[in-house]
Amino acid sequence: MKPVRLIIVAVGGQGNLLAARVLGEAALSENVPVRMSEIHGMAQRGGVVESAMIFGDAESPIISDGSADVLLGFEPAETLRALNRANPETVVVTNTATLPPFTAAIGRGVYPEMEKILSLLRAKTGRVIAFDALALAREAKNPLALNMVLLGALVRTGRIPVTPEAVRRAIASETKKAFVDSNIAAFELGFEKAA
Amino acid sequence: MHKLLEDAPGKKALYLGNEAIARGALEAGVACATTYPGTPSSEISLALFEVSKETDLYFEYSTNEKVALEVAAAAANAGIRSLCIMKHVGVNVAADVLMTLAYVGVKAGLVIMTADDPFMFSSQNEQDNRYYGKMAGLVILEPSTPQEAKEMVGMGIELSEKLGEPVILRTTTRVNHSTAAVTLGGIPTRATEGSFTKNPFQYVTIPAVSRKLHTRLLARLTEAEKLSDESPSNFIVGSGPWGIVVNGVSFNYVRDALSELGIGDRVSVFRMGFSNPAPKKRIAEFLAGREKILVCEEGEPFMEEMVKAVAQENGVVIPIKGKAAGLFSREGEFDPALVRGVAARFFGVKDLPAARIDLSDLPEIPARPPNLCAGCPHRATFYEVKAAAGGRTLINPTDIGCYTLGVLPPLSSADFLICMGSSLGTAAGFSRFTKDKTVAFIGDSTFFHSGLPGLVNAVFNNHNFTLVILDNGTTAMTGHQPHPGVDMAEMGFSGYNRISIEEAVRGLGVKTVVVTDPYKVKKSVESIREALDAPGVSVVISRQICPLYARAVKRPRRKPFAVTDKCRNHRDCVDKLGCPAMSVVNGRVSINREQCTGCAVCAQVCPENAILPVKD
Ligand code: SF4
Repeated sequence: MKPVRLIIVAVGGQGNLLAARVLGEAALSENVPVRMSEIHGMAQRGGVVESAMIFGDAESPIISDGSADVLLGFEPAETLRALNRANPETVVVTNTATLPPFTAAIGRGVYPEMEKILSLLRAKTGRVIAFDALALAREAKNPLALNMVLLGALVRTGRIPVTPEAVRRAIASETKKAFVDSNIAAFELGFEKAA
Repeated sequence: MHKLLEDAPGKKALYLGNEAIARGALEAGVACATTYPGTPSSEISLALFEVSKETDLYFEYSTNEKVALEVAAAAANAGIRSLCIMKHVGVNVAADVLMTLAYVGVKAGLVIMTADDPFMFSSQNEQDNRYYGKMAGLVILEPSTPQEAKEMVGMGIELSEKLGEPVILRTTTRVNHSTAAVTLGGIPTRATEGSFTKNPFQYVTIPAVSRKLHTRLLARLTEAEKLSDESPSNFIVGSGPWGIVVNGVSFNYVRDALSELGIGDRVSVFRMGFSNPAPKKRIAEFLAGREKILVCEEGEPFMEEMVKAVAQENGVVIPIKGKAAGLFSREGEFDPALVRGVAARFFGVKDLPAARIDLSDLPEIPARPPNLCAGCPHRATFYEVKAAAGGRTLINPTDIGCYTLGVLPPLSSADFLICMGSSLGTAAGFSRFTKDKTVAFIGDSTFFHSGLPGLVNAVFNNHNFTLVILDNGTTAMTGHQPHPGVDMAEMGFSGYNRISIEEAVRGLGVKTVVVTDPYKVKKSVESIREALDAPGVSVVISRQICPLYARAVKRPRRKPFAVTDKCRNHRDCVDKLGCPAMSVVNGRVSINREQCTGCAVCAQVCPENAILPVKD
């Protein structure tokens, strides 16, 4: 199977590690080879958390700059920052709800305009799916399910070699009992959004 | 039941490299595990700590790596299979034990797990710990994948018992923090009852004994070299005329590179997983018939020097290159494209075209450095120390923990840092030779780790500085592990004692000791001022629980705060504290209700009293 490389970027606390875990379990359950790696040393302290996932026949657990087939961004400015990981063919899925870094709050840097972020992403990559995932998570009555909304949209792109059923099953087995229903609902909303 | 205890031999499960290592310890019958936490090794310990709750595995968070290795060394000499876990720089702390433990040897298997951190994702240096194996005369095993990391724990225990020496398992961040499917083995029962046969002329390292032990160590090293030559961890893939020698995670990059470049049939790869002592015979065989060799290793030219030495001994004159301009660097970590590019250049084949995006017109995106959490008591303490100094210049030696982040503006409370515990010794040096007031910062866990000797030294030599101990009741940075000052009952453990930092400090003879609650700003500033003005060594214990930890142990939550219309937009709160719960929205300060922990520090900093608890 030709490798598919996915980069997920998020801000610490947004739940991207769980999203990666769910996707990894889904792949394993369908016998799709999967390797992943993450840098999460200071994640709790509001830094950027990046996960790399490689599906198919490749050995490396990390992804070089320019080599991501899919880029999933949990925060729009972070999606833009991670553009060095993408190439002109890359499919980008990004949340548009912002989490401005505190450096912007204390006047060291200006958060870019959303229109500017989206037009840059569109101009430079293959395809962009951008929407307010936080709003959909709220609609699913679980703001923490932002990660599941994005997972739904990601799977809908058809670029990740796992079936939506496997992901639903993995959500049921990997996420906390009390949240399974709202997580699934969130997943479906994201899945619909990226239709 | 803990995930790692799953009794399902043959099952494939997704494991983080560090979980795989912990599982490997259980599968190898390890009955004693000791550690001081440190990224990227922390999850190994965390997993075994949890497992120890449910089983007869003995696990301890030791006060530092030196002590951890001493405990494990004795356990192994009492016949208990042991694992000692630390990050790469932890081995520096344990090095005194390591060097002579190699003379003394072990009875039951002992694996010393060291996690190196190329690129320093969360470390102060990127030293290459393979040299410790060379210096101490011990076997080094280096896995390429989580699966292999798991197996190498068992292999290490076996080798250790065969040779009577500890074995070093050396990983890098990308093995510790990568996840892949791992095939589980069985978990045997642990031998937990030890005994010690006295033999002082083997175990007490007086010179006459040590001379004999050194001879024995060298003989064992010769035996180990044979094992290295025979080891299945040193293997060759392919039979082409070009050669690559590679270790660790880079083996994966090499495999991907060869298939992407389509030169798999022209290259043979020597994967070295048992890298000390060098498998000299195997290397010599590999060199024979090769036209040129590329050595691919992160860090220092450890294998490169070894391969060159073997070539010299065998009269082989072919190009052997690794660390060189245009090839590999000694800095940072590798990645697949980098390795592919170097291989293409070295072997003279065409690399894949780069499909890069032009990033020159991207706007400046404000940086997102890690920051102290919302409500972190360290932020308050830094603010209070500055306020107490009242404009005086301070020199702030700092230490290793979350509070190292105090280096960032607006707190700017870190001037000098070398290693764990260095705040105290360096504070002594600065205060002795400069006119500025020295105020050193150290966390509670780091204070127990290696701050105590520095404080003893400061009192004895009558140095003149203030030490601020940031006592947040946990080892926060690495994921809230306990330390000797922690209330273990609150974590659900019994059978521990608790050490009072205050009593320890007073017991060492510090005359001025003040304890503050950093959430009470005005009082804290007054107490700190008193400490700053006291001659000699004074100590401030700034005590307030880490809010993340408080949440983890289910302490009651405080009410969040909000900015009212009394705000006159001085922005002292934002500018002086830099709390991530605060931001400026449409020119006005606002507090994120979800993030606010209700510490009320900003409310006390606000000159207008405009920040008040949220009314329900
Ligand atoms: S984890 Fe605790 S000590 Fe560390 S920055 Fe966050 S609040 Fe502060």
